[in-house]
Amino acid sequence: MEGEVKARSKLAQANQAKVKKKKKRNGDPFSGWQENLSGYLFIAPMFLGTSALVLFPIIASLALSFTDWNFVAGFKNASFVGLENFQALFSNDTFLKSLKNNFIILLAIPITLFVSLSIAVIINKYIYLKDFFKVIFFMPFISSVVAVAVVFRVLFHPSDGPINQLLMNLGINNPPGWISDISYALPSVMLIMIWTSIGFNLIIYLAGLQNIPIELYEAAQIDGASAWYQFTKITIPLVSPTTFLLLITGIISSFKIFDLIIVLTNGGPANSTITPVVYLYQQAFLELKTGYASSVALVMFIIILVITYFQFIGQKKWVNY
Amino acid sequence: MTAGIDFRKIIMTVVMAIFGILFLMPFIWMISASLKIEEEVLTFPIQWIPDTWNAVANYKEVWTGSMPFSLLYWNSIKVTVLTTFTSVFVSCLAAYGFAKINFKGRDVLFIIVLATYMIPPQTLLVTQFLLYRWVGLYDTHAGLVLLNSFSVFGTFMLRQFYLGISNEIIESARMDGAGHFRIFFNIALPLVRPAIATYAILRFIWTWNDFQYPLIFLRSEALYTIQLGVQSFADEHGSVYSLMMAASVSAIVPLLIIFIIGQKHVIEGIQLGGVKG
Repeated sequence: MEGEVKARSKLAQANQAKVKKKKKRNGDPFSGWQENLSGYLFIAPMFLGTSALVLFPIIASLALSFTDWNFVAGFKNASFVGLENFQALFSNDTFLKSLKNNFIILLAIPITLFVSLSIAVIINKYIYLKDFFKVIFFMPFISSVVAVAVVFRVLFHPSDGPINQLLMNLGINNPPGWISDISYALPSVMLIMIWTSIGFNLIIYLAGLQNIPIELYEAAQIDGASAWYQFTKITIPLVSPTTFLLLITGIISSFKIFDLIIVLTNGGPANSTITPVVYLYQQAFLELKTGYASSVALVMFIIILVITYFQFIGQKKWVNY
Repeated sequence: MTAGIDFRKIIMTVVMAIFGILFLMPFIWMISASLKIEEEVLTFPIQWIPDTWNAVANYKEVWTGSMPFSLLYWNSIKVTVLTTFTSVFVSCLAAYGFAKINFKGRDVLFIIVLATYMIPPQTLLVTQFLLYRWVGLYDTHAGLVLLNSFSVFGTFMLRQFYLGISNEIIESARMDGAGHFRIFFNIALPLVRPAIATYAILRFIWTWNDFQYPLIFLRSEALYTIQLGVQSFADEHGSVYSLMMAASVSAIVPLLIIFIIGQKHVIEGIQLGGVKG
């Protein structure tokens, strides 16, 4: 008896489920193979393109990084070398130098963030012609990096360049050699980076500032708080989600800087401005060491992956909403 | 602090304007140098208005000389316009599919596409290059167009806009017997036009300024785009600064004009996506 009841109730449940399923189908009359087919047709170009140009290359790159394939020698002469490429990579002075340079470049990010936030606050509250100023500061960001680098090659010229002529006229007898001086080349690159990325950071900060309730400032004003006090105690903590986002985008894009360095210094003088991307380019397309360059690509991929992971956990932990 | 003219605000505006001019000094210097004769480019103090005008000769050399900018412009316009069209179309289709069609495996496929956004493009260069050599797309404009045509950013952004269209509009059209392709072209596309404009302008600017892909995937000088042209022009005329500046102006100014016309779209698009070209 008991068994029968159980079986019955099971049957009832199954029936109910069937009805539910049917109902669901009836509620949404547009499903089934036709819907599936049109779905696949719509996403097909994007998905096939991404597969061919991103998914396949990243897997192939993973495989290649364990070979000693040299583009000139041809595929037949390639052989599996295990971790040899990675061992060579981490004992290569130029690659280590390029990693070190990239970490130094990261120092430009907090400076960019501070300058951008200050300008954003001023544009947001203290001046007229907001839209006009947005456009002004955005111009370097929208401009061709190649052309900008060409202009700065002349501006930074050690003896005849306008910048050093100005410095000498101001009484500085030994102005820095900028991009032709080993110790000033990287800071010069960073200066241009800051100049070009202020526009982007500023625009994102302006959007972030809109989310701060104006009542907070009004209350602070009634209490007689100074503009500086408002900036440090209200603005900075409350835009921290934006700051965190910009910090991460800044770090990730610092690993992608390519145009500026190739045109401005080509990694020189004496590798003082080389970065992993530039090193990758040199190894892959000038030295034609395909397998070795793939291992550089893989290391970069892992670095970006780690940063993105920190972004995920960091967003939960450190951001002050 | 009520209505009317606020003097503190005016003073701040003037201070900011001075800072703005200093900020754009490299551009002002570039334009001024491009109008001068070579001997006066580096004189100090800087003459912002040239003593001897040489604009016509400088720009004529840049546009019709050994690395003619007229050809570079034509190549760049061709590549950029084709890329923008393809990319907008591919992204629109995929975005509609991911937002408005219930097909099997949709969410998994969407996550796969999104995940590729994390991969830095430079890590793909080596294998993309080999692939292009293999299938014969190396050193072609078509290959260059394809490289920028499958944008995760564009798909993601347009999908957000499609999600904003109410399902009822689409369902009632389906009840009337319209298929997804008709709905896509006649109903959905017109509704997301502002988003398309934003993405199209961004894609135009990014493709126009692209240097890395042309550098690696083009070899013939006849196919060079403007960014590649500026670099080889600068290498060729490395010591003739007035010509280098005229080349830089030619590369920057047209895009600045497009930006100023479409600035609202550009700024909104950047704020929306929080992306860096």
